[in-house]
Amino acid sequence: MSPEEERIKVPERSPEERVNDFHEVPLGYTPEQAMEEAQRCLECAKSPCIGGCPVEIDIPKFVKQIADGEFQEALETLKEFNCIPAITGRVCPQEEQCEEVCVMGNVGDPINIGKLERFVADYARENDLEETPEIEETKEERVAIVGSGPSGVTCAAMLAQNGYQVTIFEALHEPGGVLKYGIPEFRLPNDVIDHELEYLDELGVEMRMNRIVGQNIELKELKDEHDAIYVATGAGSPRFLGFEGEDLKGVYSANEFLTRINLMKAYKFPEYDTPITDMEKVGVIGAGNVAMDAARSALRMGAESHILYRRTTEWSPARDEEVEHAKQEGVQFDTLCNPKKFKGDEDGWLEEIVLYECELEEPGEDGRPSPTVLEDTEHSEEFDTAVIAIGQQPNKVFYENAEGVDVKEWGGIIIDEDTRMTTEEGVFAGGDAVSGAATVILAMGDGREAAKSIMEYLE
Amino acid sequence: MHKITEKERMNEEMTRIEVEAPLVAKKIKPGQFIVIRMHEKGERIPLTLYKKDEEEGTIQMIFQKVGKSTHELDTYEEGDEILDVVGPMGTAAEIKDYGTVVCIGGGVGTPEVFPLAKALKEAGNEVIVVSGFRTKDLVICEPEIEQDACVDELHITTDDGSYGREGFTSHVLEELIESDKEIDLVHAVGPPIMMKVIADITEPHDIPTRVSLNSIMLDATGMCGSCRVEVGGDMKLACVDGPEFDAHEVNFEELMQRITMFEEKEEEALERWKEEHGGCCQ
Ligand SMILES: Cc1cc2nc3c(=O)[nH]c(=O)nc-3n(C[C@H](O)[C@H](O)[C@H](O)COP(=O)(O)OP(=O)(O)OC[C@H]3O[C@@H](n4cnc5c(N)ncnc54)[C@H](O)[C@@H]3O)c2cc1C
Repeated sequence: MSPEEERIKVPERSPEERVNDFHEVPLGYTPEQAMEEAQRCLECAKSPCIGGCPVEIDIPKFVKQIADGEFQEALETLKEFNCIPAITGRVCPQEEQCEEVCVMGNVGDPINIGKLERFVADYARENDLEETPEIEETKEERVAIVGSGPSGVTCAAMLAQNGYQVTIFEALHEPGGVLKYGIPEFRLPNDVIDHELEYLDELGVEMRMNRIVGQNIELKELKDEHDAIYVATGAGSPRFLGFEGEDLKGVYSANEFLTRINLMKAYKFPEYDTPITDMEKVGVIGAGNVAMDAARSALRMGAESHILYRRTTEWSPARDEEVEHAKQEGVQFDTLCNPKKFKGDEDGWLEEIVLYECELEEPGEDGRPSPTVLEDTEHSEEFDTAVIAIGQQPNKVFYENAEGVDVKEWGGIIIDEDTRMTTEEGVFAGGDAVSGAATVILAMGDGREAAKSIMEYLE
Repeated sequence: MHKITEKERMNEEMTRIEVEAPLVAKKIKPGQFIVIRMHEKGERIPLTLYKKDEEEGTIQMIFQKVGKSTHELDTYEEGDEILDVVGPMGTAAEIKDYGTVVCIGGGVGTPEVFPLAKALKEAGNEVIVVSGFRTKDLVICEPEIEQDACVDELHITTDDGSYGREGFTSHVLEELIESDKEIDLVHAVGPPIMMKVIADITEPHDIPTRVSLNSIMLDATGMCGSCRVEVGGDMKLACVDGPEFDAHEVNFEELMQRITMFEEKEEEALERWKEEHGGCCQ
C-alpha cells in the first residue's frame, strides 16, 4: 500500500499499561493527524458513506471541513444530524456502516470516519467551541420521553430544538442508559457522556431521575400531563441460559457485572460502596460487544479472562476494534466451545464450567453458520466467575403496566412503521425497546424519526 | 435530595428514620419497598416501609446496623439529606378479607409487619401478630402494633426468654395450629431461615403462606438479575416479581446461599469504615 492508501494511525495506550486501569484506550487524533486523515478522502461523487449511516450524517461535508481545518464548521455539520458525536464516534460499528461502503476501501483503507467524528467532538469539548444551540419558536405542547438512553436523548434534543417542552423520565439515578451502566469507561468515559448530555440542559430539556414508568409513575399519569410520549426504555433485562448452576455465587448476568463496575464503580470499592466479588479466572459466555466489555473489565479487575464462544471469532457480532483490543490485552478466545452447566462447591460458589466442543454447519438464514455441539467432548474447566452475555430483552416493568401498548411475544413494543406510534394513541416508541438489542446509532435514528412523527402528530 | 425529618435510635442495633419523599408517600402500599442511595459514592440499599404520612409527604423506615452502609446511615442526623429515595418498588401485598391472618415478623422484619397487619385488620380480618427478637433490649414496635394497628393478638418471643415467650416465632405458630385455630393465611417477614421454618410448618396443614424475600439487589428495577430466586421451578426476580412469594414454592436453600455472596466484601468495607471512624459509633 502506498502511504495515502493507509490510514493515519490513531495513538493508543499500550495494552500493558491500560489493563491496569479504566481510562480510555484510544487517545484520538491530534488536529494535524485528523486533517491528514481527512485529506485522504477522495470526495467521490456518489458519497455512499451517507447512505451507510443510519442517521445520514453529511459525512463528506464534515470530513472536508476537517481537511480544511474548519473544526467549528465540522462540529455544526455533525450536530445537525447527531447530538452526541463524541459518543457515536467511539461506539458505532463503522466498519459495517459508513466505512464499509467508503470508496477508498476499494484501493486501500477506508477513511477513518469514526475517529474523525470523535476528533471533532473532542476538539470542540476541549476547546469550548460549542455554542448555545438555537431553539425554534417556543411551542406549548409538552412531550414526555421515557428512558434517557441514546434513543430517548436524541428524540428529546430534536423536539427541544424545535421548541417543544420536553421532560425525560429515567428509571435509574443517572442518565445515559446503556452508555452509562453498560459500556465501560475505558471505551466511553463518563465525563464525555456527561458533557454530551449537558447539551440537553442547554436546550431546556428537563430530566427526572428515579422515575420508573409502570412502577412508581404510570403511563396514564404521563398522558394526562403531556401531548405526546416517546418510549425508549431499551432492552435492559438480562437473558439467562436456563441451565444447571446458574444461581451459584460467582455467576453474573453481564448487566449485573457491568452495572456494578461501571455505574456503581465497584472497581473503586471500598471507596465506593458497591462491591463485586474477587475474581481469578472469569469465563464470559457470548462474543458480542457486551461480552467484550465484560471480558475486558474482568482483566482490569485483575483476573484471567476467557471468552467462551460457540462459533469462531470472525462471527463475533462485536465491533472489530473491540475484538482487536480484547486480544491485544490478553483476553483468551475459547471458540467452538459451548458451556452446558455450572458446577459449584458445597457453599454454593462456582467452581467449574462444563463445556462441549462445537462444529460449524453451513450458514443459516441469518448468514451465520450454526454451531453443532459434539457429543462425547464434555470436559470441565475451573472458573471462579462466570458472566452470561447472551443478550438482553425489553424490561417488562414498562410494557406489562402500559395500558393500550401492545408488545410482541418477546416484549418488543409494536409500532406502526410509518407513524412510529404504538397501539396507544399519542404514545410513540423506538430504540432497543422496539427492535430488541441493537446499536446506539440505530436507537438514535429511531429517536430522530420518532421526533419527526411526533411533530407531525402535534401540528 | 431528601431531608431526614426525624431520627430515633430504638436500641443498640436498630434506628428509625423519617424522610421527606412525597411521591413515595403518595403511592407506597404495604409489602412494597424503597431504595435509597445516601451520596454519590453510596450503594443502592433496599429498605422496607414502616409508616407513611401522605399529607406531610414523609415515609419512615427502621433499619438494622449490619454493614458499612447501614452503620453510615446511622450517623445521619435530623436535617441531613439523603441523595436518592426511590419507590415504591416491588408489588404490593394483596389486601382483602381472608378471615384469620397470622403475620410473623422476625427482628427487623417486624416493622414491615406493622403496615401489613394494619391494612389486613382494616380489611376486616382477625389479625394475630407474632414477633420475635433475640433479646428484650431489641424488642420494637410493640405499642404500634397493638394500639395503632389494633391487632387482635400480639405474641412477642425472645430467643433467651428475657421478654414475652421464650423461643422462636415458629413455636407460637405451631401452638396456634395445634389449638385448632382456623388460620386462612400466614404472612412471614424475617431472616430466610425463619421463613423457611414457617413454610415447612404450614405446608402439611395446607395453610396459604406468603413470605417477603430479602434477596441481594442492585438496581431493583429488573435490570440485573442479582435478586433471582427459584420459585415454583421458575426463575423470578425478587425486585419486580416480588418481594412477596408463595412460601411453599420458594427455594430457600438457594436464597440462603445467594445472600452470602458479598459477605466478605461487606465485612471488609465495615472494618475499614470503623477504622476510619475511630470506632466511635459502635
Ligand atoms: C455492554 C454493552 C455494550 C454495547 N456496546 C455497543 C457499541 O459498542 N456500539 C453500539 O452501537 N451499541 C452497543 N451496545 C448497544 C447499545 O448500547 C444499545 O443498542 C443502545 O443503548 C439502545 O439505546 P436505547 O436508547 O434504545 O436504550 P438504552 O440505552 O437501553 O436506554 C434505555 C433507558 O431507559 C431506562 N428505562 C427502562 N425502563 C424504564 C421505565 N420503565 N421507566 C423509565 N425509564 C426506563 C433505562 O434505565 C435506560 O436508561 C452495547 C450494549 C451493551 C449493554
